[in-house]
Amino acid sequence: MGAQAIADAFARARAEGRPALMPYWSLGYPDAETSLRVIEAIAAAEPDLLELGVPFSDPLADGPIIQRANQIALARGITVAHCVELAATLRRRQVRQPMLAMGYANPLAARGEEEYVRLWHDAQVDGLIVPDLPPEESGDLQRICARYQMALVQFAAPTSTDARIALAARCASGFIYVVSVTGVTGPRQDLAAGLRDYVLRVRRLSGGLPVAVGFGISTAEHVREVGQFADGVIVASALLRAAGEASDPAQAAYDFVRGLQYWR
Amino acid sequence: MAVAVVPGGPDAHGKFGTYGGRFVPETLMPVLDELIEAYEELRHDPAFRAEYEHLLRTYVGRPSPLTHARRLSEALGGAQIYLKREDLLHTGAHKINNALGQALLAKRMGKQRVIAETGAGQHGVATATACALLGLECVIYMGRIDMERQQPNVHRMRLLGAEVRCVTSGTQTLKDAVNEAIRDWVTHPRETYYIIGSALGPHPYPLICRDFQSVIGREARMQILDQAGRLPNTVIACVGGGSNAIGIFTAFLADASVQLVGVEAGGLGIASGKHASRFAPPTQNVRGAVGIFQGMRTYVLQNADGQIAETHSISAGLDYAGIGPEHVYLREVGRAEYVSATDAEALRAFHLLCQLEGIIPALESSHALAEAIRRAPHLSRDAILLVNLSGRGDKDLNTVLAADEASPDEAAHG
Repeated sequence: MGAQAIADAFARARAEGRPALMPYWSLGYPDAETSLRVIEAIAAAEPDLLELGVPFSDPLADGPIIQRANQIALARGITVAHCVELAATLRRRQVRQPMLAMGYANPLAARGEEEYVRLWHDAQVDGLIVPDLPPEESGDLQRICARYQMALVQFAAPTSTDARIALAARCASGFIYVVSVTGVTGPRQDLAAGLRDYVLRVRRLSGGLPVAVGFGISTAEHVREVGQFADGVIVASALLRAAGEASDPAQAAYDFVRGLQYWR
Repeated sequence: MAVAVVPGGPDAHGKFGTYGGRFVPETLMPVLDELIEAYEELRHDPAFRAEYEHLLRTYVGRPSPLTHARRLSEALGGAQIYLKREDLLHTGAHKINNALGQALLAKRMGKQRVIAETGAGQHGVATATACALLGLECVIYMGRIDMERQQPNVHRMRLLGAEVRCVTSGTQTLKDAVNEAIRDWVTHPRETYYIIGSALGPHPYPLICRDFQSVIGREARMQILDQAGRLPNTVIACVGGGSNAIGIFTAFLADASVQLVGVEAGGLGIASGKHASRFAPPTQNVRGAVGIFQGMRTYVLQNADGQIAETHSISAGLDYAGIGPEHVYLREVGRAEYVSATDAEALRAFHLLCQLEGIIPALESSHALAEAIRRAPHLSRDAILLVNLSGRGDKDLNTVLAADEASPDEAAHG
């Protein structure tokens, strides 16, 4: 459970000589029931971890695909309480991968930090990702997550100085989320130039925490390439694009996540 | 008597009390560090200050006059109303003080590309103007709905050489334009300077904007002492993000006898839930509560689940869910109070000023006037209300004509 389960998932992938794969799906997209079926199908494709999006009206780190998924879920009335319920349902349906809830700071602030962490903890979610809460502003949340043995992920960006990466590493638990490009989330043709050196720099400063790369990772080829120097890869928009509007979203998501695993 | 507050703050973390701070994706944190460092150096640089002040005098048209609104005061039969005439500045509003200062800052930092968001278009026009003057590339983000409502300002920005990008995400209004500008900034952080249009956003923006706008209060304080021989009883300003208000309040913070009043947009009335009053009591769907929005910890209009609420005001410049963090602080320590005026009250104030003083005020500023009109009759004739007339109303003619057609009685009775 919790931060330990996340560490174990990275360790298992490493032992197999491959990156840990972490697909993302927005809870409540395109509707609550479909999102459950899609995430179950993703889990059945046997990735190592799951990132679950918690919709927010103003997702300023996200590109058009995730924005749209957020909007559609919100228009159908999804709330934080529903999202937590969906995660708990996934556990009851035997989804076993470590799960991280990715959501912005305001719904968290509206609940109260302690209450927010407790809700996810009780739903057997293992960690939180909050993209607009940098280390300087997340001190309380770090302490609360630690108390519940939940991971709180911190970010590294291409603009981060060594000092900032070291700060993120000191404040993070679970892993360090390496934003591959300057930009918002969204599928990209090519990996960012200089990604290898940048990720190796983060690894040097990560204090032993796993380093997972996201933003723009779209294909099995990307996964293979990034897997040569990172501990994990996160695939979000490309998966939403491939499965969100498919006639059978669950099957499409399964196929896509299966297809990313070049080691099979 | 109000509490005196020593002008200053934010603290080392960019907080006014517990408000403000930096709630942005990691990509922008080093960019903000760079901005803090550059601004700390330049704000004390005599050459930078001299260049800015020279342009304020010779290009913007500062100092702006202080006008004693004699006929309006007479008609109300109470306090004397004085107007700080930011409407007379180049581009027609106080926005140019900030846009020009920050464009100069961008140029000094070696950033050739400037981006900005705009709601009504006033900040967009001011930024496009400053960029034309200083030879900077300029991209303005504007919601699709605002572009329809404010066509003339879209043309102005384009004439001035700016690229206007239509924002179709979210509610397609100001807050979405801010989101889209932040997304651009995250994508081009090294070469781009983002000029935020109000005393909003992550630290150090609320500080920078306040510094460039505080010329309003410095001038007004000297002018009222000169013309009336004493300080005003009350200073009144409208508050969207709150830059014109913080600009006029700052010079009076230490004057304990001077009451400071911010006026939020009451829209169709607080009970309707269709307003932009962050400090109003909660209704069923909308509550103003402390939250985290567009880079800062502040009061935000939201639903119970923390989703940002849609706001309403007849004035596009006040139609925003968040508020500058220093205002939350000033309210919390009791230095300033915040009230609201409805669309209808603002329209009545608009007409009254047109008819009695020959001044067409912006609908934003009309909210501040509405509060002065409410207070003046209850005060003695030697009381002084100082109103920040933050902009002129040419841009609002279509909106006002449409509103008058919808309820002709209101217009006729002024």
